Amino acid sequence: MRALFATTLRLGDALSQHVLLCAAALLLGVMVALPLAVWASRSRAVAQVSLGIAGLIQTIPALALLALFFPVLLALRSVFGAGLPALGFLPALLALSLYAVLPILRNTVTALVNMDPRVIEAADGVGMTGYQRLRLVEAPLAAPFVMAGIRTAAVWTIGAATLATTIGQQSLGDPIFAGLQTQNWELVLAGCIAAAALALVADGLLAMVERGFAMRRPMLVFIGAGLALAGVAGAAVAMRDDGRDVAVVGAKNFSEQYILARLIGARLSAAGYKVEYREGLGSSVIHRALTSGAIDVYVDYTGTILANEIGPGNMDDAGTAPADLVEAIARWERETTGTRLLGALGFENAYAFAMPKEVARERGIAALDDLAPVASSLTIGGDLEFFERPEWKAVREAYGLQAANTRSFSPTFMYDALIARNADVISAFSSDGRIAADDLLVLADPRGALPAYDAVLLIAPDRAEDPRFVAALRPLIGAINVEAMRRANYAVDRQQAKRTPQQAAQELAEELAQKQAITTGGAPDAR
Amino acid sequence: MNAPFISVENVSHAFAGTPAVKSVGIDIAAGSFVALIGASGSGKSTLLKTINRLIAPDEGRVLIEGVDVAGLAAPVLRRQIGYVFQGIGLFPHMNVAENIAIVPRLAGSSLAAQRIAELLGLVELPPALAGRMPEELSGGQRQRVGVARALAAQPRLLLMDEPFGAVDAVVRDALGQRVLALHRQLGLTTIMVTHDVAEALLLADRVLVMHEGCIVADATAAQLLAGDGGEIAQDLVAVPLRQAQALARLAR
Repeated sequence: MRALFATTLRLGDALSQHVLLCAAALLLGVMVALPLAVWASRSRAVAQVSLGIAGLIQTIPALALLALFFPVLLALRSVFGAGLPALGFLPALLALSLYAVLPILRNTVTALVNMDPRVIEAADGVGMTGYQRLRLVEAPLAAPFVMAGIRTAAVWTIGAATLATTIGQQSLGDPIFAGLQTQNWELVLAGCIAAAALALVADGLLAMVERGFAMRRPMLVFIGAGLALAGVAGAAVAMRDDGRDVAVVGAKNFSEQYILARLIGARLSAAGYKVEYREGLGSSVIHRALTSGAIDVYVDYTGTILANEIGPGNMDDAGTAPADLVEAIARWERETTGTRLLGALGFENAYAFAMPKEVARERGIAALDDLAPVASSLTIGGDLEFFERPEWKAVREAYGLQAANTRSFSPTFMYDALIARNADVISAFSSDGRIAADDLLVLADPRGALPAYDAVLLIAPDRAEDPRFVAALRPLIGAINVEAMRRANYAVDRQQAKRTPQQAAQELAEELAQKQAITTGGAPDAR
Repeated sequence: MNAPFISVENVSHAFAGTPAVKSVGIDIAAGSFVALIGASGSGKSTLLKTINRLIAPDEGRVLIEGVDVAGLAAPVLRRQIGYVFQGIGLFPHMNVAENIAIVPRLAGSSLAAQRIAELLGLVELPPALAGRMPEELSGGQRQRVGVARALAAQPRLLLMDEPFGAVDAVVRDALGQRVLALHRQLGLTTIMVTHDVAEALLLADRVLVMHEGCIVADATAAQLLAGDGGEIAQDLVAVPLRQAQALARLAR
């Protein structure tokens, strides 16, 4: 319980970002909805069209709406130039504002249209101009209903803003998504509690404003609005630019990525940068985020870049040896996107065949070659998509495994299946912590049938020539072997004595420092 | 006779194709108290509203002191005309003083507390009511505030559309007498739409009877009671007259 409390308190940055994002989205939503509502209250056609469109937008799932702004903003770059950010604050702001429009618009139109006609006649009869009628009569009488709409919008926005994490905007969704991926329920709970508490506080303060309007007690309006603005101002102060250079570290949505992001972040922080994290990004989004400058650095895998970015068959000149592939991709990135591939970290996260060491020894198996003679008596386990992937076809052809039985498992149960002898060999991920934990042997691939998935450090074009930035990260190149990565991954993935990615990264950093001290023979700090 | 204060010239108006006022032309002298009576839907409210441009007539024009009202900005015109109508129309979010001061406020000036008290006095309300909200007042008090609001900018013309429709008979009579006294005291020209024929006969010095969009009678109360004005007017007058005679018999 105390740990949960401590975790929640550490969400300060995410909370501040969340508050600012929601406040901005709400403000923009109000600025769009109110004039539109006034227009709609004076024209039935406008009311029908605007309420129809706003209602339609509401039916789009929030996650999809957020995601849709990515291609929309990319397309708009042809109009506004390449500086238009397609990830992060802008798309999140736009999507959430659209979401906020409906409740405000609907409440305001309803309030204006259903206003007592005698009051409207009185306003006209005493000689109010259209604007005076709006300001002196319609606005104050509609205010409680407008506030009720803003309250609804605020609660929706605060909830939906947790999804902004997926398009690279820091929010209270960060701990929720990170926790989901690493099965760290404490983190998930902390994020949920913070978001719910924020929604309750916002709702409470806005309710106070609403009641102030309804009961014509200006004091309540001032107190409620004042406290709400103070909260937003506090978040802005907490987030203020303190003049330090901000470095943004990206991560995909699995444990290893979270750990490496924190490892990179710690080094950049030590080098004097103010570090921010954009975690939980999709595989296809993150590369684009880097080339557009939305993030400054992240770790990708050679096989992924080859498949997703370059496309199969477009780099026939690349050698099959992993080192050649790293070199070829580095050249491709430099020439095509301006991105700097600083180097390989020293481990792979590839599809790999693994079996219990004990069984391997008994049966005399050390490499994929050794499987062919016993293929007909083998059961090979894979995750749900593995036997459909080109990697499996390549291995089957290269090593003559056509006779082997195949069985699909969900990834979590694959390792259990191996222990329970429901499978003899499984297709694992080579840096998975459970390989070490379950004492598995990764079978060698002497014929090079499996593509290389070397982890490589990618630096955004804008940072490529930043010497301080590059110098801070260079020590990571070639420094992390697969055993170290597996241990760190396992520390996060296991159920007992679970570490947060932050803690695992710190332990990994200490390990690296010790190793460097041994190899260089000096103190860890020696440069 | 001097030039008329108000001239309604050949005014016609229809709502969605249904005629409400048909080619009406009347002149109203300054200082007169005119009542417009007639059955529901006879067009009396519509005619009244063409004077302060709450309704722009399809045809014809309305002149005030020789000036076509269509040539004036509607808000400016309306601020110079006192307007009281059924259902009171006080602004529920403003207190009594704010309601009374609204017309001067729209024109950019304010009313001193003393002037508010004076206006409240005109409609026989205590100055202490100034800070009350409309919802705290009785129906009669609200209607009095409505009259005070209409008089706040010192208009010379007072338009009243069923002004006392929402109050009981006792209050109604008192309010009517009060308005008549103010009409004389302030030298107003007053046009009142009412469905209460007795009220019209008792207050107005000129009664216009409307029927299906046309003015079918234009007479003084005395003339109507003497049997002038034609069949439609006499049908309207007959009811209160018969009631009055019956009451007189009962009282004997």
